[in-house]
Amino acid sequence: MTASATLPEASPLATLEIDLDDLLEFRPGLLSLTATQISDGRQTWTLTPRLTLTHHDHAGVGTLELDDGERRLACWRYSMGRNPAALKFERAFNRQRDSLASGLPPPPLLAGICPICRGPLAPDEDDCPNCARELHTPPSTWTLLRLWRFARPYKGMLLAGFLLTLASTAATLVPPYLTMPLMDDVLIPYQNGKPLDVAKVGWLLGGLLGAALLAWGLGWARTYILALVSERIGADLRTTTYEHLLKLSLEYFGGKRTGDLLARIGTETDRINVFLSLHLLDFATDILMIAMTAVILFTINPWLALATLVPLPVIGWLIHAVRDRLRTGFEQIDRVWAEVTSVLADTIPGIRVVKAFAQEAREAQRFREANKHNLHVNDRLNRVWSLFAPTVGMLTEIGVLVVWIFGIWLITEGSITVGVLTAFLAYITRFYTRLDSMSRIVSHTQKAAAGAKRIFDILDHVSSVPDPAKPLVLPPVQGGIRVENVHFRYGNRAILRGIDLDIQPGEMIGLVGHSGSGKSTLVNLICRFYDVSEGAVKVEGVDLRSVAVADYRKHIGLVLQEPFLFFGTIADNIAYGRPDATRAEIVAAARAAHAHEFILRQPFGYDSLVGERGQALSGGERQRISIARALLINPKILILDEATSAVDTETEFEIQQALNNLIRGRTTIAIAHRLSTLRRADRLVVMDRGRIVEIGDHDELMAREGAYWRLYQAQTRQLDALPALGAPVEEMEKPA
Amino acid sequence: MSSAPRSAPFALTRNPMGRLVYVGADGGIHEGVVPVRAFALSAPDQGIALMSAEGRELEWIERLDGLPEDVRGLIAEELAQREFMPEIKRIVAVSSFATPSTWRVETSRGATELVLRSEDDIRRLKGPGALLIADSQGIHFLIRDRKMLDAQSQRILKRFL
Repeated sequence: MTASATLPEASPLATLEIDLDDLLEFRPGLLSLTATQISDGRQTWTLTPRLTLTHHDHAGVGTLELDDGERRLACWRYSMGRNPAALKFERAFNRQRDSLASGLPPPPLLAGICPICRGPLAPDEDDCPNCARELHTPPSTWTLLRLWRFARPYKGMLLAGFLLTLASTAATLVPPYLTMPLMDDVLIPYQNGKPLDVAKVGWLLGGLLGAALLAWGLGWARTYILALVSERIGADLRTTTYEHLLKLSLEYFGGKRTGDLLARIGTETDRINVFLSLHLLDFATDILMIAMTAVILFTINPWLALATLVPLPVIGWLIHAVRDRLRTGFEQIDRVWAEVTSVLADTIPGIRVVKAFAQEAREAQRFREANKHNLHVNDRLNRVWSLFAPTVGMLTEIGVLVVWIFGIWLITEGSITVGVLTAFLAYITRFYTRLDSMSRIVSHTQKAAAGAKRIFDILDHVSSVPDPAKPLVLPPVQGGIRVENVHFRYGNRAILRGIDLDIQPGEMIGLVGHSGSGKSTLVNLICRFYDVSEGAVKVEGVDLRSVAVADYRKHIGLVLQEPFLFFGTIADNIAYGRPDATRAEIVAAARAAHAHEFILRQPFGYDSLVGERGQALSGGERQRISIARALLINPKILILDEATSAVDTETEFEIQQALNNLIRGRTTIAIAHRLSTLRRADRLVVMDRGRIVEIGDHDELMAREGAYWRLYQAQTRQLDALPALGAPVEEMEKPA
Repeated sequence: MSSAPRSAPFALTRNPMGRLVYVGADGGIHEGVVPVRAFALSAPDQGIALMSAEGRELEWIERLDGLPEDVRGLIAEELAQREFMPEIKRIVAVSSFATPSTWRVETSRGATELVLRSEDDIRRLKGPGALLIADSQGIHFLIRDRKMLDAQSQRILKRFL
């Protein structure tokens, strides 16, 4: 244990880079473990069987402590990003120390198991996909180009649209060209006394009309085809985003506000759609128009063409300069807008609470404030934006002036005719109006890009409960579940710390414990709503992470405290998990769930509509519908999460009867606050702060007089001591 | 510091394993107690609870300065070791303005990098311009007043607000 120099020949078996020092300041450090020693660069300790390395974490900081059973020898800290590496280091240390103690060589690491999370590894993989998952690659700035993924299926139509654009743009460029001969060969000779060449006039005017009609027809076809395509792209985008969103884990939904997600899928996709069908199309036309016009102008007279194009770089620069400010502004507006809708999405579902506490004024104020913020951001952006368009307009006028000046000079020099100048002026008015509309594309592009980014934010989000690349086939499920050394961390809070539980097929397990003890989390992990941070949940000996999520979930029936009924008929709601169920099956499930009779009392029986939250039905009735729903899919594993705690005792009795039908022959995991409802459980698992503290049936646990007994006593005593409503209540303890 | 440090109704010591040991007025001994601030953000110095390793409140301390020197020192020491909320002094660079974005920042605890998973992880605190940024590892970074940052940092930050 004495400090000594590291032996030169000892190469480290494991190293750990730490990034915090004793004062919790960011400073790199290195721990290394050799066959006989552990060192942190400043001090070295010789391994003895008595040394222990323990790790714990709090608020994003992990701590490794080295002690010899009596004294703490050292303490190292790191930020949680290094936790997997730290756990690996700890394991290496334990293996080495144990082998020193026993004199045997350290056991080889088991193949096919991730050294960090102990999850299974695919045979050809070294890195566990679960542990290497946290990739933080930001989406590219060229987000709009990524829309190509959605445009690809419509390649053919897009090509047709492009060719039509080309043709219709060319057609619109014919009329100014015809003004040249009209001026030089007809009008000016006539003014100078020559007779009017009627045939030529007829030809030229016919050409003008023909070009206009052609441009009209081609323009119509182009707009129609491209609008068709963009509408489809928009719809694909919307459905793909929604499909992806549905596959994301509960963790994602927990961190997002509903209003924000609604806005993304609704408004943003629509904005992209309009951008594609309208603005992008215009922009493409503009570019074509400018390129073609430039070519025509240069073939007529290169010098005058040059003068015409002089303001172009200036406008280009202006667009570029304003672009960045506009883009950030539009992104900000989107976020603020989401904030405004979020206030609504927060308040409307909670309207009863708002009214009950008479906080309407406060909520109105909150909305007003969000709107004020919105106004403020918009005002700031409009300051830039309002300056932008008139400036482009002014530059246009100056451009026309330049052409006039230069053109008049060239005419006096005799190098061009009046017809050429007229044609030029006709062209550049088109040309500059195009530039003006092109400058608008900047804002539209930025808006669409901001929208696309927010959509791709969803699409790029990888589910934190990913389906494995090569899912194993789940053997026929009997209902046996093994929970092996499961840890779970949510954010920086450790919620489960080392749960081991073996559940037999057909067994009924009751989970009890104070709220916050990790019961619901354990159930969520068994349903694979979340993935374990460490350890594994196995069904029929197969790790849940190695089978397809949907494959597994169809074996699970879930009855929650707050039954959620979708808008639709009662029959639809019962058949939610198995839409192909026959009417007879639905009725049978409803009968078993003791729901049949009250359903028949509804005006349209099974065809009665129930609302978003099933408002027309009582809590107990809704619960029995959700029990029927779980019964219908005939699951092997049944999970009851406080299924009876939201109802009164009498209703509970009815629900209990329904549940008894449901439980028969299935592995059941029930969470209940009222311990009396769990009397029938084969085993009760008592949890406390993320650990299992007791397992046994009711009588055993009562005899043991441990944690369960205390819970039970507290509850029965509470019931006796609970003051009746209206009875005088003891005064609240005053703070000292 | 305090005018008249009265003796605390409990005793607090640190054992060789580095854990705090609490002996209550009733003589009950608890090892591994932790001090916790009740209002960690809005009033860090008011209301500190001593929690047992089982998560029960053992003692409620309204103000630290009422305690004897040694106890106060132990609590402050333990809090300093548990609390980790680096204060961002400067945002050097960000990998992108789209999230997830990696920020290089200079904090009160040295230079580091943080990964911002989404704009929603930036929480506005009550004070003027005060922000709390949760990074992907669960570390919280504090910006006391964003108006006090230098111009570049403010410009970067604005893109995320």
